[in-house]
Amino acid sequence: MLDGGEGEARRFAMAIVVRMAEVSGAERLMDITQAHVDSTIYLGDATLEFAERLASMGARVAVPTSLNVSGVDECGWKEWAVTPEWAAKAARQMLAYERMGAVPTWTCAPYQTPMRPSFGQQIAWGESNAIAFANSVIGARTERYADLLDICCAITGRVPAVGLHLDGNRAGQLLVRLAGVARELQEDDQFFAVLGHLVGRLAEDSIPVIDGIVVRPPEDQLKAFSAAVASSGRVALFHIVGVTPEAPTVADAFQGREPDRTVDVTTADLRAARCELTTADGRELDMVILGSPHFSVEEFRRLAPLVEGRRTHPRVQFLVTSSRLMKELAEQAGVLAPVVAFGARITLDTCILASPMLPPEIRTLMTNSAKYAYYAPSLLNTRVTFGSLADCVRSAVEGRVVRDESRWQT
Amino acid sequence: MADVISGRAIVAGEAAGEALVAYEALSFWGGYDFHTGEIIDRRHPLAGVRAAGRILAVPFTKGSSTTTAVLLEAVKAGTAPAAILTTGVDSFFALASIVAEAMYGKAFPVVALDPADFARLRTGARLTIARDGTIREADGP
Repeated sequence: MLDGGEGEARRFAMAIVVRMAEVSGAERLMDITQAHVDSTIYLGDATLEFAERLASMGARVAVPTSLNVSGVDECGWKEWAVTPEWAAKAARQMLAYERMGAVPTWTCAPYQTPMRPSFGQQIAWGESNAIAFANSVIGARTERYADLLDICCAITGRVPAVGLHLDGNRAGQLLVRLAGVARELQEDDQFFAVLGHLVGRLAEDSIPVIDGIVVRPPEDQLKAFSAAVASSGRVALFHIVGVTPEAPTVADAFQGREPDRTVDVTTADLRAARCELTTADGRELDMVILGSPHFSVEEFRRLAPLVEGRRTHPRVQFLVTSSRLMKELAEQAGVLAPVVAFGARITLDTCILASPMLPPEIRTLMTNSAKYAYYAPSLLNTRVTFGSLADCVRSAVEGRVVRDESRWQT
Repeated sequence: MADVISGRAIVAGEAAGEALVAYEALSFWGGYDFHTGEIIDRRHPLAGVRAAGRILAVPFTKGSSTTTAVLLEAVKAGTAPAAILTTGVDSFFALASIVAEAMYGKAFPVVALDPADFARLRTGARLTIARDGTIREADGP
């Protein structure tokens, strides 16, 4: 590939993969059987130029490849503050990756599509929440791939054989023990997002193992944890004892080794972490935003009965970011109609962080997503309140922030 | 800091500039405005500081995979740091520099330091970086 015998695109991509192998100290390259490309996010001229250069060189992906969110809701952007120039360039970047033969999934939750990988599968995934989920919840094998490299791996089908691709590097390093955290709190639908936010910060550059979970979290809670832990931190792999596949026991999670560090997490620590996710004071509210990572059909199924027969307050917007597939599934399941009747709008392909879609009058957000809560204040210059799904609905109805604090107050 | 620190050149290159040092990891997506070269992560100690053209020292990246793309945009826009110093090897920073070289012929040096050496860095020091990863503090103000 490196000599250009397989075309210019493969030579370009392989040169980058080989340079990264040198940087990471890899002794060899290895095959992957799937990729998820985060380079789809349009930021400006450089990301577009990179995509179009690859496409114009005739790049084709060598393995089944899903695509992350783009910079624009291809069909719905005109309803928002996106400029035509941005929309056109973001759409060109989408087209460039489609031309390479990738599947236009346009979602940051590819693990909830038919392209979900399987346990032990060697993959190259970008998108921090998806990396953490694929490694930890599914037990697939991916390094923490960045934009610009993920597509090079997809084009070559090869990756440096390092890091989390190798079983021996997947042992836990940091033991996080829940100390007296009640089952009732663990059952709260904010719990895993809050815990993820806290663990991301505690983990630094280590692989955390969480011990003391007594509930069986649904998949969307583990998704919320993955997004949170990979926003406040750099976690690409975590183990939850008794929950995730490489951690039936603490000893399994550490592969029989001793933890480098042990940290006890108390209910008070979790309360403090939850407070960190809220930057707004007061009860003002302009928009409720759900769906980072993209809202799943199961989440629509949970939302529908909460909004049934209710209406959003005229002053408050209600936005759900999701994928084309999940919207279609929700529609088929009859759980989209009540959400739309409630007054919610649905944005596909992208999200409020990846597309400049919010008008400037949106100053205060409320969300149940730790990832939205983490990034919105810096990226969008908005204030944010974190709360449960039910809190978000109730606040949208009342037109001001209302939170049920009963499980979170001392 | 002492006069000389021996770092490991992850992406070799020469640079000179004022050091900007923090001990907290940084995501460039949601953390760096490539239009201005300013650090915008409000949860980071360097929030509000302009890092363009300076030698940025942070232990490693955290968060988003898009960090590399933001850095590539910054290189194109001329708002990237002059060099980046880390503890250990951070593949995101290295990748951004390698792709910047491939796209624009403009790599920036990325140098990994022992944590003990990293701890000797001070914001405001005038540093020069050599191709072999040696970091020197310039004399006087």
